[in-house]
Amino acid sequence: MKTPIAVAAVSAALYVLTSAAFAAEPCDIPGYLLFGNNELKHVAEAVRKERRLTIAVVGTGSSILAGPDGPRSAYPARLEAVLKQKLPSVAVKVVTLARTRMTAEDLAKGMEKVLADEKPDLVIWQTGTLDAIRRVDPDEFREALDEGVETLHKGGADVILMNMQYSPRTDIMVSYGPYADSMRVVAQQHEIPLFDRLAIMRNWSDTGAFDLYAAGKDNVLAQRVHDCIGRGIASMIIDAAHLHPEPKAAQ
Amino acid sequence: MHALVVTTGRDLRLDLFRGIALWLIFLDHIPSNLVAWGTIRNYGFSDATEIFVFVSGYTAAFVYGREMRERGFLIAGAHILRRAWQIYVAHVFLFAIYLAEISYVATSFENPLYAEEMNILDFLKQPEVTIVEALLLKFKPSNMDILPLYIILLLLFPPTLWLLQFRSSLALGASVLLYVLTWTFNWNLPSYPSGHWYFNPFAWQLLFVFGAWCALGGAQRLAAVLQSRVTLSIAVAYLLFAFVITLTWYLPYMSQYVPHWLEELIYPIDKVNLDVLRFAHFLALAVVTVRFLPREWPGLKSRWAWPPIVCGQHSLEIFCLGVFLSFAAHFAMVEVSGAIWMQFLLSALGIVVMVAAAGLLSWYKRAEGRSSGSRPKKTPDADLAGGEA
Repeated sequence: MKTPIAVAAVSAALYVLTSAAFAAEPCDIPGYLLFGNNELKHVAEAVRKERRLTIAVVGTGSSILAGPDGPRSAYPARLEAVLKQKLPSVAVKVVTLARTRMTAEDLAKGMEKVLADEKPDLVIWQTGTLDAIRRVDPDEFREALDEGVETLHKGGADVILMNMQYSPRTDIMVSYGPYADSMRVVAQQHEIPLFDRLAIMRNWSDTGAFDLYAAGKDNVLAQRVHDCIGRGIASMIIDAAHLHPEPKAAQ
Repeated sequence: MHALVVTTGRDLRLDLFRGIALWLIFLDHIPSNLVAWGTIRNYGFSDATEIFVFVSGYTAAFVYGREMRERGFLIAGAHILRRAWQIYVAHVFLFAIYLAEISYVATSFENPLYAEEMNILDFLKQPEVTIVEALLLKFKPSNMDILPLYIILLLLFPPTLWLLQFRSSLALGASVLLYVLTWTFNWNLPSYPSGHWYFNPFAWQLLFVFGAWCALGGAQRLAAVLQSRVTLSIAVAYLLFAFVITLTWYLPYMSQYVPHWLEELIYPIDKVNLDVLRFAHFLALAVVTVRFLPREWPGLKSRWAWPPIVCGQHSLEIFCLGVFLSFAAHFAMVEVSGAIWMQFLLSALGIVVMVAAAGLLSWYKRAEGRSSGSRPKKTPDADLAGGEA
């Protein structure tokens, strides 16, 4: 008689524990969406030799948050905080160079200046949204990406591309497909990591981690999503530059 | 005149696959729909659009070709242009529904996470420009690109069909030439606010004309090639290759196994200009289908094949309904719930509504046919097969 009760109690306890664990960790990103085999060699070198890491986030409106605590809670700031915590001996600096209403072409033209001004080891290039909204010719979009990535590589910086946000409320009005495809192709050809924000946020929506259909002026949701994006990029950088010996041993 | 021999009776496989294509297009058009993972675009280069354009070219040639032989170029040409006008009206009607939906969904939307995405609504600020550009087919919201493509294809169809009847190889050759020139010189029609048509009519005409060519005797000429084992092996091998490549899009870590030279060779796979890899993928699918699904297959007459077939037989109406239903499904997901069960429910419900509507249209057609016996038999037939939408 006692065994079934014990089993039930243990399973109930396990259930509570695991669900609590899941609730505490809403930022989970499936590995297949995050880790590729493209490496961040320059980042690895800068960290190993000089113990410093300067990252520039080049992007548009979805790399910033409005409001008084916006700058602190947008993903670039979260990325900086997480990297500082995980790499305590490294001087980590993340600068945000985001401006609203910029196409990939506009941003690509500014890459020389980014290199000169910030001397970044890594540029996270978030783009694609306005191009898709304006229905820029996908060929021109891809050429702009090519040009920007080549400029950055010539200037000695690593690059991570970041695509659009998953926005279920507006996605009937804009077709991201061809632009997301172009970004994936450019990332593959230049062997650089792609932070597939579109697929990752889609995954969060499907698993119920976030209600991205929400319509209200809810800053909390935006801040939590940005926090998770910051953590995701931090993991991607640490993995792609092999900065963390422990998880490597596990692989 | 040799064409007459081929077109005895209706090939139900065309209706079947057009019906299935209509369902797939509906599922793909519901944004964020998990069910869309089951549609063919995720397993190869081509998608339902190719099937749809090809079958529409085939049926258009089948119906209007017979009319052109029996009643002359002028009458058939006039009917084709009337069809183009009907599709234009349907497109404008759908645009009105689209505006209504997004204006409603957008006005209640203020999530700070999506401040940038709000730029999508910029076009609402200038209705005087947007609406005129929409009427000129230059402003086309996403998912509303297929009907404008059809309008252009039909406008060009009377002379094409005439040429196909008398010099079919020459007509097909001209179509291939236009396709090649389009790729060489980047021809396309302009869009508003920027860019070009999402389905470039100068490129996509190849598939439509190829379908028409097959209907007018081309399929018979290809019979020997289609039956050969070599063709089948190549087709199967290519489908497998496309499947593996497609897999790497969704599982990024697998892309390391794709050699660099191959990436350079195949990417980008251009949907706008009907990439040759997409066209080949459609051909491979067609080869395998024709091989394993003969025209006389009894299953085509079974009750299970009826729902897609009846949808395929009323393609313009069901296509438009599908676009409307995808807006409605999106609306329900935004306003009620976007949960996974809801995605399955809305997908199933949409297909049920499409089948019911198609059944109703068939019933109307039969009832009309019975009540007015004096009505010429040609018109309902033309409607039936000429639904090129």
